[in-house]
Amino acid sequence: MATARDMETSKVLELAQPLPLDGGQSLEGVRIAYETHGTLNEARDNAILICHALTGDQHVMSDHPKTGKPGWWVRMVGPGKPIDTDRYFIVCANVIGSCMGSTGPASPGPDGKPYGMRFPVITIRDMVRGHIALLDALGIDQLHAVVGGSMGGMQALSLAANFPERVRAALVIASTARHSAQNIAFHEVGRQAIMADPDWREGAYYEAKENGGKGPEKGLSVARMAAHITYLSEAGLTEKFGRRLQDRSEKTFGFDADFQVESYLRYQGLSFTDRFDANSYLYITRAMDYFDLAEEHGGMLANAFASSKARFCLVSFDTDWLYPTSESRNVVHALNAAGLPVSFVELSAPFGHDSFLLDVPALDRVVEGFLNQ
Amino acid sequence: MSNLRPDLSVIAANVAPGSSLLDVGCGDGTLMQALRDEKQCDARGMELNPANVGKCVGKGLSVIQGDADRDLAFYPDKSVDYAILSQTLQTTMRPDMVLEELLRIGRKAFVSFPNFAHWRVRLSLLWGGRMPVTRLLPVAWYETPNIHHLTVDDFRALVKERGITVEGSWFLSGDTQCSSAAANFRAEHAVFQLSRN
Repeated sequence: MATARDMETSKVLELAQPLPLDGGQSLEGVRIAYETHGTLNEARDNAILICHALTGDQHVMSDHPKTGKPGWWVRMVGPGKPIDTDRYFIVCANVIGSCMGSTGPASPGPDGKPYGMRFPVITIRDMVRGHIALLDALGIDQLHAVVGGSMGGMQALSLAANFPERVRAALVIASTARHSAQNIAFHEVGRQAIMADPDWREGAYYEAKENGGKGPEKGLSVARMAAHITYLSEAGLTEKFGRRLQDRSEKTFGFDADFQVESYLRYQGLSFTDRFDANSYLYITRAMDYFDLAEEHGGMLANAFASSKARFCLVSFDTDWLYPTSESRNVVHALNAAGLPVSFVELSAPFGHDSFLLDVPALDRVVEGFLNQ
Repeated sequence: MSNLRPDLSVIAANVAPGSSLLDVGCGDGTLMQALRDEKQCDARGMELNPANVGKCVGKGLSVIQGDADRDLAFYPDKSVDYAILSQTLQTTMRPDMVLEELLRIGRKAFVSFPNFAHWRVRLSLLWGGRMPVTRLLPVAWYETPNIHHLTVDDFRALVKERGITVEGSWFLSGDTQCSSAAANFRAEHAVFQLSRN
């Protein structure tokens, strides 16, 4: 039903069947860009699906083709690492709606022109449907585990809840079962920044960019700057930058980036526009805002896991104010009420929400311990 | 049971094979692991210290980081055969409420605690005039996690007052058991098996 072909380090699966979506539409000709590492054993039961976060991609342990930087989770995934490629077959796919090879708003629509805002609004569950189609194509009936941080954790929860027979264990890091008003609010700031940029052109900026013009890089950059603040802790920002000035000894009484933190954020925003599509940012943040696993299951989160037999492990970080510990506890209580085996730990780390991507040895131990059962 | 602390050994010996249990304050999961591996129990745990939770997860145990005073409320009624509280009662803010929670969550409960009326403790306080630091209570008053010291007789009075049934009790001095009558003076540790009809 589907064919897979090599494309440098990433492979691309083209779905023969249309992908049904929560919004009622279905998406034709879906492409899913993915990577695999390690070897699928004969029993085909050693696969781990790693789900990426909002602006992540399938390059979990290979260099990023645009930035040249190492894969986003090389400190966690690899030979002898906590997620051990000598032992497990690792699958990581770019979510639909994104822009690193999977079908998204920048992909050509039925008329050959980029979808832009004609792309249907998707959900976390739609992303998971894409993952399931990939697992079908790879001949993986049941995952050893699904693992994800942040939006990746939402996919892990959604997969365990909606496709319970496909997974034996779910590891959910720095995540939540629903977006809070604050989460939605920050995303809306980002979206409005993009849509207020005149070069956004109602999402139809691809042609202008092709012809050497601009897309909504300014808006996307501001969106990234605002979001980046939510990924860090106040203490972390203070320690890294304080009120230190950037390459100058006095304030300029102007609006240059006087402060190091301003310069840092501007750089983060600008460099992000080199690797990410503004419309993808709109669609994926929307999918996250729509995420409410309890709502999908009659308002009771415990009901979402009624058919699950999986083991669960949730991890939060004490400095993460984007998806604070209370959100993980909410999931833990629901899993407890559903009678499922669940572990939970709040780890102490100074890096805020981004802790799941950074050097936190206690996280390594929990990840390794949970997966190697 | 192999190499368990004496009070844990008593609990392990009296848990029915194949039963379900919640170990509140499970530490590094030693008791849960023994009961899972040797009695095929479905063991769940709660533990305050994140490093200990990490150790439990590494042993394949399902343990939630949580506080007995706050987080037991989220467990459904009679959801396990046994709720176990070993050497933790005296560290809680409201031992009486924790006890009630154990009997709500578990069909039965095991509670073990150090006996503050042990003769060594009495002598130490009587002759030294200082808060006892003994083999059993090795930490000075200002840094001990034990904020609600109790005696065997205190516990007996509490369960009587609350109408809780004592199904079994064991009193330990080192590795050996002592009689119920002399327990308040001679026991270092007490273990009670409780239920509520």
